[in-house]
Amino acid sequence: MEKVVFKKPKYMKEVPFHYCPGCGHSIIHRLVAEAIEELAIGEKTIGVPPAGCAVLAYDYFDVDMGEAPHGRGAAVATGIKRTLPDRIVFSYQGDGDIAAIGTAETIHAANRGENITVIFVNNNCYGMTGGQMAPTTLLDQNSTTTPGGRDKNRDGSPIDLSEMLAITRGAVYIERTAVNSVKNIRKTKKAITKAFKVQMAGLGFSLVEILSPCPTNWKMSPIDACRRIDEDVAQTFPLKVIKDETS
Amino acid sequence: MTIKTKKGRIAIDSKLCKGCYLCVSVCPDKLIAISGELNEKGYYPAEFTETNTGEDRKCTGCAMCAVICPDIAIEVYRG
Amino acid sequence: MDKKLLMRGSQVIGEAAIRAGCRFYAGYPITPQNALPEFMSGAMAKLEDGTFIQAESELAAINMVLGASMAGARAMTSSSSPGISLKQEGISFLAASELPAVIVNTMRGGPGLGNIAPSQGDYFQATRGGGHGDYRTIVLAPAYGQELADLTRKAFEYADRYRTPVMILADGMMSQMMEPVIFPDPLNPSELPSKPWVLDGADERPSRIIKSLILNPMAMEEHNWKLTRKYEIISKEIAAVETYMAEDAELVVVAYGTAARVAKGGIKKAREMGLKVGLLRPVTLWPFPGSVIREMSRSVKDFFVFEMNTGQMLDDVKLSLEGKSHVHFHGRPGGIIPTPDEISRAISRLYYRRHLEEDL
Repeated sequence: MEKVVFKKPKYMKEVPFHYCPGCGHSIIHRLVAEAIEELAIGEKTIGVPPAGCAVLAYDYFDVDMGEAPHGRGAAVATGIKRTLPDRIVFSYQGDGDIAAIGTAETIHAANRGENITVIFVNNNCYGMTGGQMAPTTLLDQNSTTTPGGRDKNRDGSPIDLSEMLAITRGAVYIERTAVNSVKNIRKTKKAITKAFKVQMAGLGFSLVEILSPCPTNWKMSPIDACRRIDEDVAQTFPLKVIKDETS
Repeated sequence: MTIKTKKGRIAIDSKLCKGCYLCVSVCPDKLIAISGELNEKGYYPAEFTETNTGEDRKCTGCAMCAVICPDIAIEVYRG
Repeated sequence: MDKKLLMRGSQVIGEAAIRAGCRFYAGYPITPQNALPEFMSGAMAKLEDGTFIQAESELAAINMVLGASMAGARAMTSSSSPGISLKQEGISFLAASELPAVIVNTMRGGPGLGNIAPSQGDYFQATRGGGHGDYRTIVLAPAYGQELADLTRKAFEYADRYRTPVMILADGMMSQMMEPVIFPDPLNPSELPSKPWVLDGADERPSRIIKSLILNPMAMEEHNWKLTRKYEIISKEIAAVETYMAEDAELVVVAYGTAARVAKGGIKKAREMGLKVGLLRPVTLWPFPGSVIREMSRSVKDFFVFEMNTGQMLDDVKLSLEGKSHVHFHGRPGGIIPTPDEISRAISRLYYRRHLEEDL
């Protein structure tokens, strides 16, 4: 008897993604939806999409979705979660959103130990606006605003936001993963699931930073973009559990 | 002694596929190729080639292609 | 519940908000309104379902309110002029996403950091929207302690009824002054009308989206017109004024908030001198009660606009009159509160000049 072993998860709508070929966002969307399904929390989950490429996440997730202004995901999620403490609230944010314009909201939500889950997608650039330098752009990486590559003296160095968040007292679980290979995608799914479990147990702030390919703005093929994550990006942003106070 | 092999099958939705090649790159048995015909979106979609390789390489339903597919364009069946 | 309580203005707003069913407050300290968040921190702590958050910034505070509003809470934030400038991002998003919220602005002298004295310099910012895009904010301008209580209750009602942010425009004088107040009975949040749009989990219903991004220009235009139609309904339904000694007045002072209180004193003095002068006090600044002013212009020759700024509501008065009467202005910006004598002198000068002209 043949059975389906892989199909679209329950909490993704039947809508084709608008993302570019090889984009990591839709993989991450799927992993979040799979985790929600497996944890049986779809009926009580509220998602907060960002400004940026993933703003249209509300068209893909089949759970309640409330859009935040650029960078304010953690503040909006805080307002929802404090009002409805028994619901599961996640914000979904890109690196420009969370590590530049929304740094303050994120650090203070973590420090307060807000019982929310943050999905932090790091693709080293501002994708939707056309590939400008993000706070996470690597040194020497080309972007539309770092001609000749990001220069430490001129542009500053990439920011280690997850490590910064880890030193706040309210952060419980922070892990950095990637979606550039089957193995890493499976690890990312585990990390997202764990982050939701931290929230379900009421332990406090959880965040998964996910290194994600942006073939369009990196100006390379999807396969090369996945390779770049191993060879370059993960050298600056190592894949690891950054903080785990769950046990 | 009989060697028990998993038998699988995949279905690629050519309308959703954007031809990113990621599934092609991860299939352990090289059973996925890029089609020569454009889809509605203007991409050359991936297609499952088990039936026309002329070899006896078989899909095991390992789902690696589906796991890495950014567009949830692949369904995997086993059994 | 008709017990008179003597309370400071900031606390009156806080108590009235709690009684209106407000269960979420987020704010950031700024003078001269700190008594309000301080009050809310204590009041929310006493409630099982109350949330008070001292936010890391004005931006965070208004966006927490945005989230709480999405989740169905009656939510409020407060600040003073420079802080309200920072909140404009969230106010624009609230208006666009059609979310209710109450924002209290205890105006101080400006622009820039200005000072902490009572002022009315934020009229344009409040009534024209303040943030980006094509929207309006309901603006209520209380003048007395009792009205702080009554309009705070109304602010939450209007916010929910019209799904739009409502601003209470006060100033440092109102927030500090102690006055006797009779509060309305407290509302139980669970007995408020249900909100069939909130994000509380898609349990046995389709999932919902609350957003302001509308990429398709045709759809965005339709949304703009939809908001505009709503604003037209609001304009018809809630514009409110107080008049004082205006029935036979030849000259009418137009002033709101603290300026209107001062003006009342000046008008009383002028009446004692036999001058036929009165007051028109807009209680709603947006919608502006222009039709009342237009109606008055049939019998009133001179409108004397008095504001604690350099002339902002003045524009709305002129627009309402469409050139039908004479409009004069007296302004004291920067945190100066004039005395009633100053106002009575100014209006009697004007009044006698008009009579002199007519006699000649």
